[in-house]
Amino acid sequence: MATIKTSVGVRHWLPALGMALSAALLASCGGSSTTPVDAAAPASAEAPIIMPMEGLEKTELKFGFIKLTDMAPLAIAYEKGFFEDEGLYVTLEPQANWKVLLDRVIDGELDGAHMLAGQPIASTIGFGTAANIVTPFSMDLNGNAITVSNEVWEKMKVNVPAGADGKPQHPVRADALKPVIEQYKAEGKPFNMGMVFPVSTHNYELRYWLASGGIHPGYYSPDNIQGTIQADALLSVTPPPQMPATLEAGTIYGYCVGEPWNQQAVAKGIGVPVVTDYEIWKNNPEKVFGLTDEFVTQNPKTTKAITRALIRAAMWLDENDNANREEAVEILARPEYVGADAQVIAASMTGTFEYEKGDVREVPDFNVFFRYNATYPYYSDAVWYLTQMRRWGQISDAKPDAWFDEVARKVYRPDIYLDAARSLVEDGIASEEDFPWGTDGYRPETAEFIDGVAYNGRAPNAYIDSLKIGLKGGETVSASAVQN
Amino acid sequence: MGSVAAKRIELKTDAPPAEAKAVASGTEKKERAFFAITKISRYLDVLALSWVTPLLMIAAGDSPKQNLKLVWSRLGIPVLAIAIFLALWAGLAPQVKTSLGAIPGPAEVAAQAVVLHQDHLEEARKSAVFQARQDELNARLVAAGRGDEVVRRNYTGKPTYYLQIWTSLKTVFFGFFLATLIAAPLGILMGMSPAMNAAFNPIIQIFKPVSPLAWLPIVTMIVSATVASDSAIPKSFLTSAITVTLCSLWPTLINTALGVSTIDRDLVNVGKVLKLGWYTKVTKLVLPSALPLIFTGMRLSLGVGWMVLIAAEMLAQNPGLGKFVWDEFQNGSSQSLAKIIVAVLTIGIIGFLLDRVMFALQSTFTYSANR
Repeated sequence: MATIKTSVGVRHWLPALGMALSAALLASCGGSSTTPVDAAAPASAEAPIIMPMEGLEKTELKFGFIKLTDMAPLAIAYEKGFFEDEGLYVTLEPQANWKVLLDRVIDGELDGAHMLAGQPIASTIGFGTAANIVTPFSMDLNGNAITVSNEVWEKMKVNVPAGADGKPQHPVRADALKPVIEQYKAEGKPFNMGMVFPVSTHNYELRYWLASGGIHPGYYSPDNIQGTIQADALLSVTPPPQMPATLEAGTIYGYCVGEPWNQQAVAKGIGVPVVTDYEIWKNNPEKVFGLTDEFVTQNPKTTKAITRALIRAAMWLDENDNANREEAVEILARPEYVGADAQVIAASMTGTFEYEKGDVREVPDFNVFFRYNATYPYYSDAVWYLTQMRRWGQISDAKPDAWFDEVARKVYRPDIYLDAARSLVEDGIASEEDFPWGTDGYRPETAEFIDGVAYNGRAPNAYIDSLKIGLKGGETVSASAVQN
Repeated sequence: MGSVAAKRIELKTDAPPAEAKAVASGTEKKERAFFAITKISRYLDVLALSWVTPLLMIAAGDSPKQNLKLVWSRLGIPVLAIAIFLALWAGLAPQVKTSLGAIPGPAEVAAQAVVLHQDHLEEARKSAVFQARQDELNARLVAAGRGDEVVRRNYTGKPTYYLQIWTSLKTVFFGFFLATLIAAPLGILMGMSPAMNAAFNPIIQIFKPVSPLAWLPIVTMIVSATVASDSAIPKSFLTSAITVTLCSLWPTLINTALGVSTIDRDLVNVGKVLKLGWYTKVTKLVLPSALPLIFTGMRLSLGVGWMVLIAAEMLAQNPGLGKFVWDEFQNGSSQSLAKIIVAVLTIGIIGFLLDRVMFALQSTFTYSANR
């Protein structure tokens, strides 16, 4: 350690200024600590040597992320040297919330970011901040859960049938929550719940789960962007890292958020996760990597290089049946990435999920980064989010089926993805069967939802009409009522 | 008095010459030492080391009793107070349980300070590895005949704690510099012309109490609309610095105006008699006599600036101490609270040092005894 040389001159004298003083003040208290010194050598040591593409338009990039475990592909691509292999010099920067993150991508302070799947779609159709954001890479599947406070869980639990082993039978349905909400309503207490962003996957998943149990989560209208028209449960926005604290403060009774914030609630004894999004919709698309259309048009080679690095990171995360997850947890637990305690992150990243304290169950696919073509940007995924936006009134008028397809094609860019994938196969890094070459961008019809309703991305309007609660056909919401 | 002193000297000269000389030179030496110490003590006061003066006096042979009393009141009591504070902290903190564990005591906080330092060393090591890797890549590029693509880049890792402190200092000084640049000339104008004073006063009164949190969204929008995204200065830096400017402008402005408007009437009249030009009047009369108050204002401004900087950085994502606190809060790990307390202490100590620097400047430029 003594022979270390720094590249920045300022580092030499600054320690003397700030640190020495605070340390001097506290020196009397003593205390020694051991920082684990990571001796990881540059990753390129054993990997095949990759030469950066020629003619990259931009090589110094800044990407934003929110402190959630599903930012892992970015951290891994950085730490394992996948970005550098491509000749990309990336700085990763945590952002305060989804709104700040999106705005900074739009005004160019960030070149790209870890985004909610709904964000590029909503900004492209002009719901919220308008801008054409595109995505060549889908970051992961699943990874969210719904947590309720201990008090609500106690009341809910009596309505949940017990399984053969005496534990609550899974998946826990919202039907169990309905009587609790009615009780709160009778007492005149509004039943508040938190989600992370109006166009977040969490908002739609929480709404889907509530509605599947007959609880109305409320409509949006052009003049009510709170989304609480006719609501039984009032949903509001809370940034992910603040979820446990807000739940503890009693401002909300439950929330839907990504990891590690559900596992943290169990670890700290604040709340109980009741259902994961894997149970709400098996292998649902979660985060995407978003860039502006302008960036992609001006920097096609750089975009391809980014996509290559991210695909390699996703492959690494799922390699050999999650063999690398322990190492990924160690990386994510560093303060510059997710920063939560390693055992909290490990709870979900390594294939198990703790519901009630002590009720640990196997959920091997809780976080999927590469399997099941997780990284391919399917049009049908974009269309599902559009159907939910229409269902809850964020899209105020009925749209023809063709419109859904058109928007999906504008936002999702499998062409870039397949181009990057092809070059990885040619370089011998990935194999041919890793990628869905022949797909037209629509996944086959699936009914793997908690309520068993079938979804076919090619017929979005028929799907919207088949859902029990929600806007149908040409219905619109104005002021406080649904109109036909 | 003069006569009494003269008599004493006369008396002394009556004594036997050799002995008198020794006594005289002894006292003279002492007096000279005391005089030097008094002179030094001015600087020691500025450096917040006023407790050194009585120690020096004892060393120079002054009566220990009185001086030890001074040492006690200047050093003993503050040290004792800090010790009591630390003891109370260590005793009470573990009893407050939060969802991130108990509030850390002094020992945990000291441990995290060490961790942050080691992080810095570790990052420096990574930076060296990064550069080595880059050299290797560049060599490969040259070997492949693509020498024109060789670029040396700065390390892309996370900013360490020291770098974050450095960013914060840069931001606050940039904002403070802007504030002084605006406030001092405007204050002089306001002080010299009652009409200007009447014009600006209501505006100042309205904007003075506005919190940085209220300015921030406005500044953010204006900066992101007017500054090109590939500009050399990051937008987040500008946003934070301008927010600091808007909040730290007012003390300098008000104090400058006050200082200028309360110049001694006699001086002004002398200026009139001498038919001084406007420029000469400002540089020779107004500025020298208003300087103490201008510096008082600047000292207050820097204090305010440092205080609002943390809030501005938290929201503007400027990679300084404010962002450090916010990120650690978001991390929610079991070490987060201890790290935040390290930051709190750092912020406090730097704020104290900044105040001392301004106080030193103020003392240098002020001649009156009344600072």
